[in-house]
Amino acid sequence: MISLIIDGKQVQVEEGKTVLEAAKSIGIDIPTLCHDPRLKPHGSCRICVVEIEGAKSGLTTSCTAPVSEGMNVSTESEKVVNARRDILDLMLANHPLDCMTCQQAGKCTLQDLCYKYDVKESSFKGDKKKFEIDDSNNFYYSDQEKCILCGKCVYVCSELQCTNAINFSERGFDTHIAAPFEEKLETSTCVSCGNCVSVCPVGALVPKSKEKFRYWETKPVRTTCSYCGVGCQMDLLVKYDKVVEVQPAMGPSNEGLLCVKGKFAFNFVNHPDRLKTPLLKKDGEFVEITWDEAYNVIAEKMNSTKENFGPDSIAGLTSARCTNEENYLMQKLMRAVIGTNNADHCARL
Amino acid sequence: MTNSIAEVKCADTIFVTGSNTTENHPVIGAQVKQAIKNGTKLIVADPREIELAKYADVFLQITPGTNIALFNGMMNVIVNENLQDEEFIKERTEDFEDFKKVVMEYTPERCGEICGVDPEDIRKAARIYAKANKASILYAMGITQHSTGTEHVMSVSNLAILCGNVGKEGTGVNPLRGQNNVQGACDMGALATVFPGYQKVNNPDVIEKFEKAWQAKLSSSPGLTASEMIQEAYDGNVKLMYIMGENPMVSDPDTNHTRKALENLDFLLVQDIFLTETAEFADLVLPAASFAEKEGTFTNTERRIQIVRKVVQPRGNSKPDWVIIMEIMNRLGYDKTYNNPCEIMEEIASVTPQYAGIDYGRIEEKGIQWPCPTKDHQGTKFLHEGKFARGKGLFKAIEYTPAAELADENYPLILTTGRILYQYHTRTMTNKTEGINKIAPESYIEISPALAEKLSIVDGEKIKVASRRGEIETKAKVTDIVTDNVVFMPFHWAEGAANVLTNGAALDKKSKTPELKVCAVKVEKIS
Repeated sequence: MISLIIDGKQVQVEEGKTVLEAAKSIGIDIPTLCHDPRLKPHGSCRICVVEIEGAKSGLTTSCTAPVSEGMNVSTESEKVVNARRDILDLMLANHPLDCMTCQQAGKCTLQDLCYKYDVKESSFKGDKKKFEIDDSNNFYYSDQEKCILCGKCVYVCSELQCTNAINFSERGFDTHIAAPFEEKLETSTCVSCGNCVSVCPVGALVPKSKEKFRYWETKPVRTTCSYCGVGCQMDLLVKYDKVVEVQPAMGPSNEGLLCVKGKFAFNFVNHPDRLKTPLLKKDGEFVEITWDEAYNVIAEKMNSTKENFGPDSIAGLTSARCTNEENYLMQKLMRAVIGTNNADHCARL
Repeated sequence: MTNSIAEVKCADTIFVTGSNTTENHPVIGAQVKQAIKNGTKLIVADPREIELAKYADVFLQITPGTNIALFNGMMNVIVNENLQDEEFIKERTEDFEDFKKVVMEYTPERCGEICGVDPEDIRKAARIYAKANKASILYAMGITQHSTGTEHVMSVSNLAILCGNVGKEGTGVNPLRGQNNVQGACDMGALATVFPGYQKVNNPDVIEKFEKAWQAKLSSSPGLTASEMIQEAYDGNVKLMYIMGENPMVSDPDTNHTRKALENLDFLLVQDIFLTETAEFADLVLPAASFAEKEGTFTNTERRIQIVRKVVQPRGNSKPDWVIIMEIMNRLGYDKTYNNPCEIMEEIASVTPQYAGIDYGRIEEKGIQWPCPTKDHQGTKFLHEGKFARGKGLFKAIEYTPAAELADENYPLILTTGRILYQYHTRTMTNKTEGINKIAPESYIEISPALAEKLSIVDGEKIKVASRRGEIETKAKVTDIVTDNVVFMPFHWAEGAANVLTNGAALDKKSKTPELKVCAVKVEKIS
């Protein structure tokens, strides 16, 4: 174990941990833009700089600095705060100030940090980068004018999703994130998993939402994905009884990743074609009936079929899409109430 | 899965067979690719050159339905080159000698011939698998959907125990379950022959236990499996079907047969979130709440029981499936009621040994992997540590048997079916998302460039595909990921449906799984 001091507090962490991790372990929140605990630290954004007593190189990025014995770290010293202001000032110099209409507002780390460090606008005057929005992908926009080049999307795509669809393109002022040869995202190797969108700290990669909402109007609810058997954990964001977005969660099987279906194919929940009332077929047409009428029909049919043909003339298909509790009840209904073991589902299909 | 998903990252070798992981379990696919990046070796055996084939150290493009020959060939090499785990075989398995006798018949040359692959590649794959310290086998329906599916699975398990790849981290026999809760549905006794927890219906002690728990007289005759139900409905023996959240009109083999079976019922009750192709045939349709409108649990492919939370109110007058079933039970005179799914889980835990330690409080933050026999048990990351569930691991001597329907003069091509990344099962949920439908709007068939040229078919052309069971029109997708004698269709679409063609009559004797992965077809240009 390594002992060090952060903001006057003693902390002990395992060797190999970073200053950022050590601070986090005692509840000190150092701001980050490019950091993601799943990725190799790359120190691109510099916003996590801290002051380490005796360090020769001035300020140090805490996400890449390993702890060492006796270190004395200040995370919000005047020098640090001034450096962060300068970094934000430089970022804003090349970032549109359109927070009023930006979809990311309320979930934008740049916005939050500018608020925290009182950076209202940039003191640098000059050209701003100009890019067309790439709206070719069916599920998200890429607005490179908003990109702060933190690289999170690139590394999530290459290190975690392992698709390598995007990377840094060009150099210096012209640097931006793109598919190889400036190909549109739709025709690139992108598989629309949206994992880059989920980690973008600004409004450069945002979902094509069907709803207009602000993040502060939504409530996240943790649940389990209803598609394949991986069991990804996700947060459904809800506004006014409507699911408006899906965010991946750090579940044990998905580690913060989702696929195109989990991330973007949630529209079925809100879809107008959802069945909303029991339907009875009369003369070849479905007519709406009440639940009570439906249960009467079911009881009458089940009882008469059982009486005339025996319980094994009734069969129930339960569902791999329903919950454990529902599957349990369905087979119990068939077995304990109807009296047949004809309970099965599409495990084989 | 015997092991956990995250363990793929600590395997030295991963053998993917009959699973298009990056499309059908994308997040596991990503983790496989992470492992490869870190130096894990990869073997892929599949009839199509799937994405993972590009990353493979050995890719075996086998003829559909020949997996057993491939596994026997690999095991022949392993035994001949003395690469097996002797100690594991001696300590933990039985019947090795009988198994060995059969395997010795399967030389790589013979198997290469059957599978349509180079015998050298079989040797290479065998060596990579056997020499790994920890090797994990990932498989899916490409292994199970055969008339010899059970033998396929046994053969996979032979390979794993031959090399001691069971009961330790990063190894295992790992079927990837295709649907969110197919594992849980099986665990809950949604299978014709077992009560919850795989307790057999023909065991008198089990019957006694459940009669006491449920206060009801129970039948000890095994019931009908899904495929048998359809057949019995067709034959007129099943009169009433209650179908919850399933869409056999698209998912079952031989759609024309399924249609006749459903039409033949006296009464069809369907409960779903949309008016599916199957619901169209119903006499009565009940509106169910979606996963976002109810509470409960799903059990994922690594046996992890995880919470499903209510996010929004049920739409219209729809109700959660558990409420509907309970109300039907009550209406039929069975008085038991539950206030919430948590109470149902309490009952599940009381009758299901693997779930005995599960309650909602314990899985609130993070799901638990069964078996979890007591309330203080932490769950089971991987199975068979130190000892197999049955005691000794059993080697089964398995002979290769060709698929039930092979290509012939009239139907010269092998059709194999599957899923794609951008749709899910019968599209009931995915076809409500615009972007999904733009990317994957309609049914198609993959045919090789040489076959396309031979038949003067161009990419995107509407063509006719026929089998002994029916014919459809679909779009040609000309691609070299299939070989010249194999065609592939995703089964998602009701229009131009692959399952009109598939063979519903060839079932695995034990599991009753239909041979959806192999049937004979012909492809014709529409003149």
